[in-house]
Amino acid sequence: MSRLHEVFAEAKAEDRAALIAYLPAGFPSVDGAIDAILAMVENGVDIVEIGLPYSDPLMDGPTIQAAVEAALLGGTKIRDVLATVEAVAATGAPTLVMSYWSPIERYGPAAFANDLAKAGGAGVITPDLTPEEAGPWIAASDAAGIDRVFLVAPSSTAERIDVVCSITTGFVYAASLMGVTGVASVSAAAPLLVERTRPSAGVPIAVGLGVSTAAQAHDIAAYADGVIVGSAFVRLLLDAASASEGVAAVGRLAADLARGVRRT
Amino acid sequence: MTTIDTSSDPVASVPDSGGHFGRFGGRFVPEALIVALDELDAAFRASKQDPVFHADLQRLLTSYTGRPSPLTDCPRFGAHAGGARVLLKREDLNHTGSHKINNVLGQALLAVRMGKKRVIAETGAGQHGVATATAAALFGLECVVYMGEEDTRRQSLNVARMKLLGAEVVPVTAGSRTLKDAMNEAMRDWVTNVDSTHYLIGTVAGPAPFPEMVRDFQRIIGDEARAQVLDLVGRLPDAVAACVGGGSNAMGIFTAFVDDPSVGLYGYEAGGDGVETGRHAATITGGSVGVLHGTRSYVLQDEDGQTIESHSISAGLDYPGVGPEHSYLSDIGRAHYSAVTDSEAMDAFRLLCTTEGIIPAIETAHALAGTLRLGRELGPDAVILVNCSGRGDKDVETASRWFGVIDGARVPEGRA
Ligand SMILES: Cc1ncc(COP(=O)(O)O)c(C=O)c1O
Repeated sequence: MSRLHEVFAEAKAEDRAALIAYLPAGFPSVDGAIDAILAMVENGVDIVEIGLPYSDPLMDGPTIQAAVEAALLGGTKIRDVLATVEAVAATGAPTLVMSYWSPIERYGPAAFANDLAKAGGAGVITPDLTPEEAGPWIAASDAAGIDRVFLVAPSSTAERIDVVCSITTGFVYAASLMGVTGVASVSAAAPLLVERTRPSAGVPIAVGLGVSTAAQAHDIAAYADGVIVGSAFVRLLLDAASASEGVAAVGRLAADLARGVRRT
Repeated sequence: MTTIDTSSDPVASVPDSGGHFGRFGGRFVPEALIVALDELDAAFRASKQDPVFHADLQRLLTSYTGRPSPLTDCPRFGAHAGGARVLLKREDLNHTGSHKINNVLGQALLAVRMGKKRVIAETGAGQHGVATATAAALFGLECVVYMGEEDTRRQSLNVARMKLLGAEVVPVTAGSRTLKDAMNEAMRDWVTNVDSTHYLIGTVAGPAPFPEMVRDFQRIIGDEARAQVLDLVGRLPDAVAACVGGGSNAMGIFTAFVDDPSVGLYGYEAGGDGVETGRHAATITGGSVGVLHGTRSYVLQDEDGQTIESHSISAGLDYPGVGPEHSYLSDIGRAHYSAVTDSEAMDAFRLLCTTEGIIPAIETAHALAGTLRLGRELGPDAVILVNCSGRGDKDVETASRWFGVIDGARVPEGRA
């Protein structure tokens, strides 16, 4: 069993959902992002998603856009993302990269998969890589021994859900709503989507998009294996008066959410 | 002149069922959009077989757009193009002032058939936005147009037109504040409102089926022009020239000639300050293969796959991507792409004004500048068909400033 699946199993044994948290690399700086992510892990985050900043984040709302734009202006490169993965993976928390496809295609899918594996990364979430275009990535990720995470959406047909699940190895990312990141509500579509995905998913299912509070996390934990929180953490870093205050705020939210994902 | 093996029949065989033009094209989009793209694909394929759809579109193209657009012989301009016979396909005379309306009416009819109540669009020069706002008014649809803030300034006439037509214009302040960023914002809107909304993409880019569908709605340009040239000259042209932003007017005129091996196809990209300066929008000439806005094609990008901002005096060509079929035609050697700088384009703009009494769009002026070069290469016996993709009303202010014809205005340093 991969470390990622062990963590889901451990959470289940403790009668809770796994807490999955996202922050982009390079914001407010490469080291600042690492500090914030380490604070999340210390405060109960089980699995980390590190965003690879991209110039055209067309699935992200204003919050994540602002952070990745700052990260790119600050000169964040793919090698910085891999260094961030290395620092975070050293804690033992499964660490994935979340990336638009363009940077991976340019880097070379095989090279990216190998370098990520070398850095200790657990896998990659590819939100705009459709199963139809995923052939080279399936080969590269298999060869490097890292997990692939694909998304299902409320609009996905049963056939699409089958196709997505058949190529997913880490966890299935169930997008709770139709829209971009940073919306402050979980749609009523999420439980139904998880229910529809369950029969074809051979791996855990985590729900993301629109989750920002412990109460929402608690609701989702009742029907999903993992709860994904992103923009709410980014917002805290954007609003913080100083880097250390940002790290502290992120730690507090992580602790709060970690209580939320308990089922009892 | 280029010759190819016509047995390969490049246009009839592309795209494949996954929307690929050779190694280009495809779909790189969030799962949430797949159902909408499939629905659009189904509506598009059904419309191709549907005589009622064809009759509806044909009626609009003739009674509303004013098709067929004329072919104009331009001997005084041609005298500067090595004496070649230059024939302009007058898309500038269409209702709303450019070729963009051809595609918009087709997609608007599909939107109505799919039961969509709202259309959204990205626009650079504002011509696609104006055409979309026009169709929305005609069909009673809600309309939101995303436009880079920089472009709302340099194409302010078209902003006013869209507003008069009842559309909402949203200035986009992210990134380079031009077409690429407008397209990002339109995609975000679409993924959020996909049930009620059709995203009316204005060029042959984006995820499948857009490149194929927009090409098919624009191919009327070349289909008409091919017959008009045969009628007027008694033979096919030696070359067909068009400007290339996303590439819709160029695909529209190229498609009818792709299987004519004697006809050279020439696309002119925006060279900005010069490709060597890095400040340009010449995607095929100066870019590399990558993924942008849902498709694989040539892209201006750095070594990390980050999009590099494009630069051009022409808002409609100021885009760091290009339609995948152009990348394919370039790869197989069927079409030739080169760059035209801002100042070359403006010289050709002025020349068409003063030799033929036609004020072209600055986008179109890139094709005209290319034609001057091409004519000098091909010589006086050559017949060159040029897509006059749009008229220059929207550019009068920019051009007046460039040439210093407005009081107090100055020609920018080094650009006279
Ligand atoms: C008159 C005109 N020509 C050309 C273009 C470029 O678009 P495309 O390359 O899709 O024809 C535009 C775009 O705004 C335009 O307005």
